[in-house]
Amino acid sequence: MADIKNLTRGIIKENPIFVLLLGMCPTLGVTTSGTNGLGMGLATMFVLVLSNCFISLLKNVIPDKVRIPAFIVIIASFVTIVQLLMEAYVPFLYEQLGLYIPLIVVNCIILGRAEAFASKNGLVDSLFDGIGMGLGFSLALTLLGLVRELLGAGTAFGFNLFGIFGIQEPKMMLVFILPPGAFLVLAYLICLIKK
Amino acid sequence: MTYLLIIISAVVVNNIVLSQFLGICPFLGVSKKVNTAIGMSGAVMFVMVLATLVTYILNQYVLIPFELEYLQTISFILIIASLVQMVEIVLKKVSHSLYEALGVFLPLITTNCCVLGVSIMALDLPSKFNFVEANSLGLAVVFALANSLAFGLALVLFAGIREQLEITETPRKLQGTPISLISAGLLALAFMGFSGLV
Repeated sequence: MADIKNLTRGIIKENPIFVLLLGMCPTLGVTTSGTNGLGMGLATMFVLVLSNCFISLLKNVIPDKVRIPAFIVIIASFVTIVQLLMEAYVPFLYEQLGLYIPLIVVNCIILGRAEAFASKNGLVDSLFDGIGMGLGFSLALTLLGLVRELLGAGTAFGFNLFGIFGIQEPKMMLVFILPPGAFLVLAYLICLIKK
Repeated sequence: MTYLLIIISAVVVNNIVLSQFLGICPFLGVSKKVNTAIGMSGAVMFVMVLATLVTYILNQYVLIPFELEYLQTISFILIIASLVQMVEIVLKKVSHSLYEALGVFLPLITTNCCVLGVSIMALDLPSKFNFVEANSLGLAVVFALANSLAFGLALVLFAGIREQLEITETPRKLQGTPISLISAGLLALAFMGFSGLV
């Protein structure tokens, strides 16, 4: 029961983006399309789950005084792994996300969960917490990416939704793909989700 | 001329916060008052220039000769974290008034993604701007300085807007984060007017 609670908490009640407002840089920077949002979400989730597990296993070995640098080194190692894997297997996504992949290291969600959860809880709890938070992050990023892509280009995951009406190149509001659109769409999504 | 181009391009055309979304956390977090915003930008400027200088040298003379480029992320973040610590210790001894002024902002900078972002971006400046320059270390340092100015400009402007927002009536649903994000969006829209300048 507790596992399910750990898992679902991150998705809705404590959604890292819409509720906790953590990890804003990749959220705004890469969500120009649904695919980019999903890719970034999954990459972050991979790092988050693995670093949560490792930190919860090592929590008794790491001295309290140097725990933050130690966490950062663990996180940076996993980010390097993700970077190399993405470069090899999904080069087009790697090109698209660019600078934001190494910047997963300084994503507040990962260090935040390490400090607030994984360094105090066991392996299984931390694993579920990582998966839940990662899913919440990925969902939020994909949603933001989809809305921006739909408003800005009229497509969803690259598929032209207006193609069914015979419109090949729909004229949409380009501003939503450009930087200001990121702020505006996120503002209204938070506004909708907020009680 | 080259340096001027870099500065204009970083400060207004490709503003690091408003068009590249680096350093959004402090941008939203410490922009409630103009004074704290100025303190934060000062601290960022200090660390960013120093960090870029050190990471550039490390990359050029250690990582590339030994073919260790894949260690970039790990080594850079460690350098930034230890630099922040060192700056804190030195400032405490040398200039206590500055230390007091920067205060809590110093440790926060470690997780400010614009420092890591700029030090990574500074590595391939010549290819980005199509320059053939011998002194690329100088370019990197100017690039870091320009970007920290850009960060400061965005932060101080935004803090000014937020001070006004405090005393403005907003619809209940939009209060807090949403209205701040909308104003940031409008600020970004205004900065888009500069695109095409360089």
